[in-house]
Amino acid sequence: MQSVAQLRPGEKGIVNNFTNEYISLKLLEMGVLPGTEVEMRFAAPLGDPICIRVSGYDLSLRLEEAATITLS
Amino acid sequence: MSNAPLHVALVGNPNAGKTSIFNLLTGMNQKVGNFPGVTMDKISGTFRENGAAANVIDLPGTYSIYPRSMDERVVFDVLSDKNAHDFPDKIVVIADASNLERNLLLFSEIQDLGLPTILVLSMLDVANRSGLNIDLRALEEEFNTTVLTVNGRTGEGIPELKKTLFEDLSGSTELFYDINELSPEIIPVIKDKFALENDYVAYQYAQQTYSKSFLSNDEKKFIADKKVQYNFCDRQFQTTETVERYKIIRDKLTRIVTKTDLESTATRNHKIDKILTHKIYGYLIFFVILFALFQSIFAWAEPFMDYIDFGFAKLSSWAKTYLPAGVLTDLIAEGIIPGLGGVVIFIPQIALLFAFIAILEESGYMARVVFLMDKIMRKFGLNGKSVVPLISGVACAIPAIMAARNIESWKDRIITIFVTPFMSCSARLPVYAILIALVIPNDYVFGILSVQGLALMALYLIGFLGAIFSALLLKKILKMKEQSYFIMELPIYRWPKWKNVWITIFSKSKTFVFEAGKIILAISIILWVLASYGPGEAFDHAEQRVVEQNPTVGIGSQEFDALLSAYKLENSYAGVLGKSIEPCIRPLGYDWKIGIALITSFAAREVFVGTIATIYSVGSDVEDESTIKDKLRAEINPYTGKPMYSIALGVSLMLFYAFAMQCMSTLAVVYRETKSWKWPLLQLIYMSAVAYIFAFIAYQLLK
Repeated sequence: MQSVAQLRPGEKGIVNNFTNEYISLKLLEMGVLPGTEVEMRFAAPLGDPICIRVSGYDLSLRLEEAATITLS
Repeated sequence: MSNAPLHVALVGNPNAGKTSIFNLLTGMNQKVGNFPGVTMDKISGTFRENGAAANVIDLPGTYSIYPRSMDERVVFDVLSDKNAHDFPDKIVVIADASNLERNLLLFSEIQDLGLPTILVLSMLDVANRSGLNIDLRALEEEFNTTVLTVNGRTGEGIPELKKTLFEDLSGSTELFYDINELSPEIIPVIKDKFALENDYVAYQYAQQTYSKSFLSNDEKKFIADKKVQYNFCDRQFQTTETVERYKIIRDKLTRIVTKTDLESTATRNHKIDKILTHKIYGYLIFFVILFALFQSIFAWAEPFMDYIDFGFAKLSSWAKTYLPAGVLTDLIAEGIIPGLGGVVIFIPQIALLFAFIAILEESGYMARVVFLMDKIMRKFGLNGKSVVPLISGVACAIPAIMAARNIESWKDRIITIFVTPFMSCSARLPVYAILIALVIPNDYVFGILSVQGLALMALYLIGFLGAIFSALLLKKILKMKEQSYFIMELPIYRWPKWKNVWITIFSKSKTFVFEAGKIILAISIILWVLASYGPGEAFDHAEQRVVEQNPTVGIGSQEFDALLSAYKLENSYAGVLGKSIEPCIRPLGYDWKIGIALITSFAAREVFVGTIATIYSVGSDVEDESTIKDKLRAEINPYTGKPMYSIALGVSLMLFYAFAMQCMSTLAVVYRETKSWKWPLLQLIYMSAVAYIFAFIAYQLLK
C-alpha cells in the first residue's frame, strides 16, 4: 500500500488510514482526515522533513511520520 | 454587579493572528505573571471600555484542547478550573478566515465547554484575496455564536469586539458534538463528584486526568478507577470525536463558504518557499540572517551598552559623593547600583535579539528555519524546534530555556534545556573581551582577518560544539521510550507588524529585567557583603597593616586607597574563600585572586571583570579598561617569575568560562521549567566538570 512518504513533489493522493495511533491523533487534529486530498509540495534540502498541502494549508512532517499515512 | 473586571481569555490556532489582536486590545498594558501551580508564564493585559475594566489573558496557540506541549497544557486548565480567581467570563476564539475548517475544530471544542464564546475571524482580507467567500450570517447561525471580524493590521473591528465583550452572551447549551455517545456512564459520575454542570468538561476530566494541575492525587485516582470500570479508551474516543467534529464542520461549511478563484496566496507562498528552502540558497540565506543577527547583537548594541555602563558608573559615584557616608551608602554604591547595572546593560542585546526573533517569527520564516534544521538537529538528539532556544541562547540562556516550551517531546525538550547554556551568552562577552585583549596578539592574517576576532569566533564555535556534543551524549544516555515527532504548520509569509515587534521587545525586556534582576540583585548584595567583611584581626586592622607594610605611601592618597582595598579583599570572606580553593585550581594555572573571581562569578559570569578589577586594586575605576589591562599585564606569577597572564592561563580561563555553568539565574529557570532540582544540579556538575577538564588540558599543554 502506498503512503504519503512515497509521493513525489507535485503528486496528490487521498488519505485512507493511519498505521500509528499516537501520530494519527495529531494528524487528525491538523485536518489530515481519511478521504482528504494531500499534495506533496517539497522536501527540506536533506530530503527530510517534507511539506505537504492539506485542507488549504502547508503542513511539514518527517518522512517516518508521512509513512504512517496510507493512501487509497 | 460589582466593579470586578471582566475576565476574557483569547484562544486560537498558532499563526491565527491571536497575538496581533491581543496587542490591539491591550497595547502596552501587558504583564507576565505565573499561573498558580503551573510553571507557565501568563501573558495578560487590560483595557477599559466606557469606564469598565477588562482583564485579557493570552493563552498559548493550540490546535485543539488536547495538549501536547507544556504550552498547550495551560489552555484546558484555565478554561475548566471554575475555582480559579481569574476564571474567564468570556472566551474569544480567534480563527484564521483563510483556514476556517481547521480553526473551527478548536472553536467547537471550546464552545462545548459551555462558556460564553465569541468567534473572531482574522485575515479575512487574505481569505478574500485567495477567492474564499464567507457568509458571516450563515456562520453565526450554523455555529450558534456571535461572529466578529478583526483586521490585525489596521485594527478594524477592535471597537466592536470591545463593545461586544461587555454585552450579555449566553453560553451554548447544546453540545456541538455529543460525547455522551462515546461514554454515557462516566460523565454523570464525574459531574456529580466535582459538581460540574457541563458534560464536555466532565468528559475532559476523564481525557486529561493527568495533565490537570489542579486535581489532587486522590481525585486523579478516583477518575482513573472509574475509567477502568467503564472501559474508557482515551485515544480511541479522541479519534472518533475529532473525526466526527470535522464531519459536522465540513458539512456546515458547504453552506457558508463559496470558492471563486484559484489559490493565489498559496502560489506566491510556494514560490518564496522554493527559494528559502532551496538546497543551496536555503542554507546560504539562513547563514546570512544568522550573521546579521550576530552583527547586530555585538556591533549595534555596543554603543548603547557603553552608555548604560557609563550611566551606572556615574550613578554609583554620585551616590558615594552625595549620600551620607556609611555602610548603607557603600552597599548602594558598590553592591546594588553595579548589580542593577549588570542587568540593565544587557537590555540592548536582549531587545535586539527579540526584535530579530519577533520579525523572523512574524514573517513566517522561523518555521522554515525549524524545517531546514530538523534533520541535522535530530542526529544530535535535538529537534528542529531546538534551533530557536539555541539561537536565543547567544543573548541569554534564560529566555532561551523558556522558549523550549513549545517542543512537544519531553526528551527533546529536556536535552535542549540541558545544552542551551553552552551557547556563549552575552555575559561571557566581557570576560572573553578582556582575556583576548591580554593574551592574543593584535595581528592580522591575510591582511584582513583579525586574530583576536578569530579567537572570539572560535569561542562561540566551541560553545556551539559543546552544546551539540553534549546533546549527543545525553541522547545516548537518556533511555526514554518516547516518540519524538515533528508535525508543524508552515504559515504563509507576510510582512511583520511593527507594532507587534515593538510590544515584544518591550515586554520581553521588561520580563528579563524583573525576573533576572531580582536574582542578580540578591547575589550582588551577598557578594558585596562577602567582599567587604572579613574574619578576625587581619581585616579589622586593615588600615594599620597597610601603613606598616607601605610606610612611604601617604595615607589618603589614591595609591594608598588602592592598596587598602586590595588588602581588604585579600582578607575578606571572599579572599579567604579564594585562598581555600587555591590548591584545587592551581593545576589550571590560577591563583587565589583568580579564585575569588571564579567564586564570585559562579553566580553570574560578568562579575569576573569587576572582581578582577577590584582585586588588582584598580578601585572602582572599572571604566578605564586599559588600566585593568595594564595592571593584569604587569602581574607576575610568583611561582615562575614570568607574567601571570600568559597565553596558557588566558586560554585556560577562556575555556573555563566557555563551558562552566556560572549563572544562578539559569539554574533557577531550569528548576522552574523542569520542576525538579535533578536537572539543574546535573547541569551544574556536568558543565563545571567539562570546564575543569578543558581548562586543565589547555593549561598543561600550553604552559
